[in-house]
Amino acid sequence: MRYIISLTLVLAALWLAVSGVYKPLILMLGAGSVALVVWLSLRMEVVGVEHNPVLFSWRLPLYWLWLVWQIVVTNINVARLILSPGRIHPRMLSVPVPHKTAVAKVAYANSVTLTPGTVSLLLTEKELTVHALDIGSARELEAGTMAERIAWLEGSPTEQP
Amino acid sequence: MAESVVDILSWILLLAGGAAGVIGGIGLLRFPDFYTRLHAAGVTETLCALAILLGLALQSGLSLVTVKLIMILLFLLFTAPTATHALARAAMVDGVEPEVEEEEEESESTPGERPSNT
Repeated sequence: MRYIISLTLVLAALWLAVSGVYKPLILMLGAGSVALVVWLSLRMEVVGVEHNPVLFSWRLPLYWLWLVWQIVVTNINVARLILSPGRIHPRMLSVPVPHKTAVAKVAYANSVTLTPGTVSLLLTEKELTVHALDIGSARELEAGTMAERIAWLEGSPTEQP
Repeated sequence: MAESVVDILSWILLLAGGAAGVIGGIGLLRFPDFYTRLHAAGVTETLCALAILLGLALQSGLSLVTVKLIMILLFLLFTAPTATHALARAAMVDGVEPEVEEEEEESESTPGERPSNT
């Protein structure tokens, strides 16, 4: 029941933010579509299945800020490599995935792909196989800063960054 | 005064985003194989989109349009890596071998010796 209410609230907020037209008829249609989506989600049995407290943590915005900073830094690196392509050293490597929850593992793989210079190829329970564009990107990933940040986001009792 | 500062900042962001898009395109043409090209496409889908959408958000100020732009950015940042990963997986399953340089410490910089991928 909690999940149904929170899903309804999130969908309603999303609709209000996107619509911008607040006439009675339009509002009714919006309420109708929210109800339809909630009903369909219940039928698909996806409500609350992927629930994870990480999603509502105050750490998430901080992690996003750090991630955007990383995206900018790695982008500049890759842009320089594009302008002088003789310096690229593509290679494959595997890094351990120390996280416990599925959401944290997926967040790790997604973040790795999101920073240019590294693309995750295969994620298993314990390991992530990555294609790296140059030695610097590979070293940075092997240093494990991003894995530590995700562990911090997950709130696991490992060491703090 | 403050308005023109915001305006200049947004134009810097828009131009930087455009430049990132062009650089990503150059990389797409220049890089030797499929997997390295994925990295070049990554520049376009992250920095380019990020800078252009933030620049547009500054142009429109505090309004519903900005909320929509931020949402577009969020959805893009969630879905783009998924699409990239799906492409890479599909290539791996299909047997496209990544062109990998073995770890040579001295790294003889002779790009002409790399096997061509024609």
